[in-house]
Amino acid sequence: MQQRSCLIAGLILFTTICGAIRFAHMMIYSTNACIHRRWLFAVLLFFIMMLPLAAQALAQSTADHRKFEQLQGPFASGPEVTQACLSCHTEAALQVHQSIHWTWSFDHPATGQRLGKRHALNNLCLGLANNYPRCTSCHIGYGFADASFDLTAQDKVDCLICHDTTGTYFKFPTGAGHPPYEDTLFRGKRLQAPDLAHVAQHVGPSSRQSCGACHFEGGGGDAIKHGDLDSSLIAPPVSVDVHMSPDSLNFSCSTCHEFTGHIQEGSRYLLRARPTAGIAVPGRDNERPACESCHGVAPHVPGIHNKLNEHARIIACQTCHIPEIARGGLPTKTRWDWSTAGQRDAQGRPINEMQEGRVYYDGMKGHFSWDQAYAPDYFWFDGSMRYTLLDEPIDPQHVVDVNYPLGDFASPDVRIWPFKIMYGRQPFDAVNQTLVVAQLFGSDPNAYWQGYDWVRAIDSGMREAKALGQVRHAFSGTYGFVETRTYWPASHMVAPAADALPCEACHQRNGRLSGLPGVYIPGQHRYALISTVGWFLVFVSLLGVILHGTMRYILHVRKQRSTGGV
Amino acid sequence: MNRIRIFSRFEIFWHWAQALLIVGLLATGFEMHGSYTWLGFESAFKTHIVLAFGLIVLWAFAIFWHLVTGEWRQYMRPQNARIVSIIMYYAYGIFTGEHRPYTTTPAAKHNPLQRLAYVIFKGLIAPALWISGLLLLFYATWQAHLPGAYLELSWIAAIHVSAAFALLVFLIGHIYMAATTATPWYGYLYAMITGYQKMTQTPSDHHDTQKDKQQR
Repeated sequence: MQQRSCLIAGLILFTTICGAIRFAHMMIYSTNACIHRRWLFAVLLFFIMMLPLAAQALAQSTADHRKFEQLQGPFASGPEVTQACLSCHTEAALQVHQSIHWTWSFDHPATGQRLGKRHALNNLCLGLANNYPRCTSCHIGYGFADASFDLTAQDKVDCLICHDTTGTYFKFPTGAGHPPYEDTLFRGKRLQAPDLAHVAQHVGPSSRQSCGACHFEGGGGDAIKHGDLDSSLIAPPVSVDVHMSPDSLNFSCSTCHEFTGHIQEGSRYLLRARPTAGIAVPGRDNERPACESCHGVAPHVPGIHNKLNEHARIIACQTCHIPEIARGGLPTKTRWDWSTAGQRDAQGRPINEMQEGRVYYDGMKGHFSWDQAYAPDYFWFDGSMRYTLLDEPIDPQHVVDVNYPLGDFASPDVRIWPFKIMYGRQPFDAVNQTLVVAQLFGSDPNAYWQGYDWVRAIDSGMREAKALGQVRHAFSGTYGFVETRTYWPASHMVAPAADALPCEACHQRNGRLSGLPGVYIPGQHRYALISTVGWFLVFVSLLGVILHGTMRYILHVRKQRSTGGV
Repeated sequence: MNRIRIFSRFEIFWHWAQALLIVGLLATGFEMHGSYTWLGFESAFKTHIVLAFGLIVLWAFAIFWHLVTGEWRQYMRPQNARIVSIIMYYAYGIFTGEHRPYTTTPAAKHNPLQRLAYVIFKGLIAPALWISGLLLLFYATWQAHLPGAYLELSWIAAIHVSAAFALLVFLIGHIYMAATTATPWYGYLYAMITGYQKMTQTPSDHHDTQKDKQQR
C-alpha cells in the first residue's frame, strides 16, 4: 500500500512539474494556442483522476518512515534494523515474545499437550528437532539455529518479515531466520540480498504477501501443506476467495486474524468450532477470526424454511462455503512416502522424477501425491486438535493419526468441519513403538540429506528431542515405516455464496458426509427395510389392481359377447 | 334413471385440490427420499413445504366444513357394517356380475369399506404425515429442548417415509376402487367432477338405501 502511495505521489509530482514547465513555455513562446489547450486539458484531467487516489494515500499512516534518522542505514544485519525499530517501538519486541509466532510453543488447555512448532509432529518434515536452520527460516526471529537460541533477546525479533511492504525482503531458506546479506545461490537460483535500509524505510501493515511468505510455503513449498493456503491468495479472483480478492473486499490476513499487541486471533491447535457470541461489537466476546464475528450466527435469508441457518448449528460455515481443497489452481500435497527416499544417481545426487508437471519422486524425500480442487473429508470437531507426540505408543499395524480433531456428535459445541487429510508413510521406532523425529537438514553426516542413513538421522533427531524433554526414551536403533494421517481444518479460500455447496452435495445417495456418524441426512440415509417393504407393498397394490381390473375387463367383454349372441 | 347430487361444490374443490397437493407432495417427497432426481433436492424441498402448508390450510377449512355441516358422520361406522360382504363382492361377486351390496346416496356417500379406508387415511396416515412432517420441518426448534433427548431425527423420518408409502398404497387402491363404485365404471369419477351421480336403482340397491337411511 505504501509502495503504491509513493508511486502515486511521485507521479503527481512529476506531472505537476512537467505541466508547470510546459505551461510556462507555452505562455512565453506560444504560437499555436490549440495544442497548448489540449496539453492543459490533459494535465488537468490527470490531476482530477488522481485526486481520490491521492486522498487515499494521505490517509494511511501518521508516520513516514523514510524521514526517520534511525532508519537511514546502512544496516549490516537484521538485528541492527530491529534495534532501530525498538528505539521508537519500545514494547514491540516484548509483545512479539508473547506470541506463538515467536515462542513456537502452545500449551493446549483442553488436552494438556505442549504443542507449537517446537514440539508438534507432522507427516511432512516430521518435526523441528535438529533441523533448526531450515525450519527456523520461518521463525520471526534471527538466528534460531539450535535449542540454545535466546528467546528473550529483543533484537533477535525480525520486524521486517511481517512489516515489509517492498516485497524484496525475505529469509534465506537455510539461514535460521536471517535474510541473505549478500546475493547467494540456492538450489541453482540467485537470491538477491535485500537493501535493509530501503526495506526499513518502507515498513507498513502486514499483507497477504508478507504472511504468505511463510504460511503459503508450509511443508517446504507453495501450497504443499494446508490445502487452503497458497500463493493464489496473494491476488485471488473472487471465485477463489470472496473476502481476499482485490476485486471484492481485498482483506488481508489480519482483517480476520486481528492482532492486538502483536498477538493474533486464531489458532489451528485450539479454535472455536461453534462460535455463539455473534457479531463482534465492543462489549461482546471477540471470536475472530470466526465467520460469525462479522456475519452473525444466522447469516442466511430465512426464506420459507430457514434450514440454512439451522444447519449452521451443527455444520461449520466452512463445510459448505469451502467446497473444495486447494481451489486456487495450485496442487497441494496429499501423500508423502518417506520409505522410498534415498535413491541417488551415479554421482550420488538424489534422483528427481516428474509426472504431469509435479514432483512425483524426490531422492531426498520419497514419493509424493498431489491433488487440487477436490472434496474435503468431514469430521465432527470441537476445536481442539490432539497430537500423537513422541512419548505416546502407537500401533504400527494401523494407520497412525499424528494429529486428529477432537469431538464427536455427542460432544457439546461441536460442528462438522472440512479437513484436508495428509497421508504419509514415515519412520517410527520399531522397538519402542513410537513416532520419531529425524535430523534431515544439516552439513554433518548425521543429517539424512547428507548421509542418507535413517538410523543416524533418527538417532540425532531423537537425542535432540530427549534433550528438550519431549521424550524420555532414546531411539532403539531399529526403525520401520508406518502409515500416518494428519488433519488440516480448512478455513480459507472461502467461495462466494453462488459457488457454495448445493443441498444435493450431501442430500443424495453416497453424497458428502457419508460415513459421518451421528447424522441422518434425508436423501442420503434411509432405513432400507422401510424402503424395501414400502416399494414391495406399492408393487403388490399395483399388481393387485391391474390383475383385478384385467379380470373385470375380460369378464365384461365375455358377458357383452354372450349377451350380443343372445 | 335420475341424477342426484352426491357431492357439494366444496367437496369437489376440496377433493381435487387435495389430490393435486398430495400428488405434488408424493412426487417431491420421494425425490427428497432419493428415489429419483427431478427438481433437485433444494427445489423439491421448497416445493414440498409450500404444498404442505397449502394442504394444512385446506384441511383446516375441510375440518371446519365437516364440523359445521355434520358431514363428519359420513366417516362413522354404520351399525351393521357389512364389510365382509363388500370384500366378498370385490373378491368374487364383481366378476360374476352380482349387484353391489351397497349404493351411494347423499346421506351415505361411502360404502363401509370406503369409510374404513378413509378413516385409516384421515385418522392414521394423514396425522402421521402431518405430525412427523412438522417435527421434521421444525427439528431445530425442538431438538435442543426436552423432546430432543427422546426423539431421534431418523425415527421421525422413518415414520414420515412409512406413512408416505402407506399413502401411495392408499392412492393406488383409491383410484382403482373409484372405478368400481358406480356404473358405468367412470360413474364415480363423473360424480366427483360434476357432483351428480346417475342413479340406476335396483330393488336390492333400494333396499340398501332404505337401510342406510334407517340407520341415521
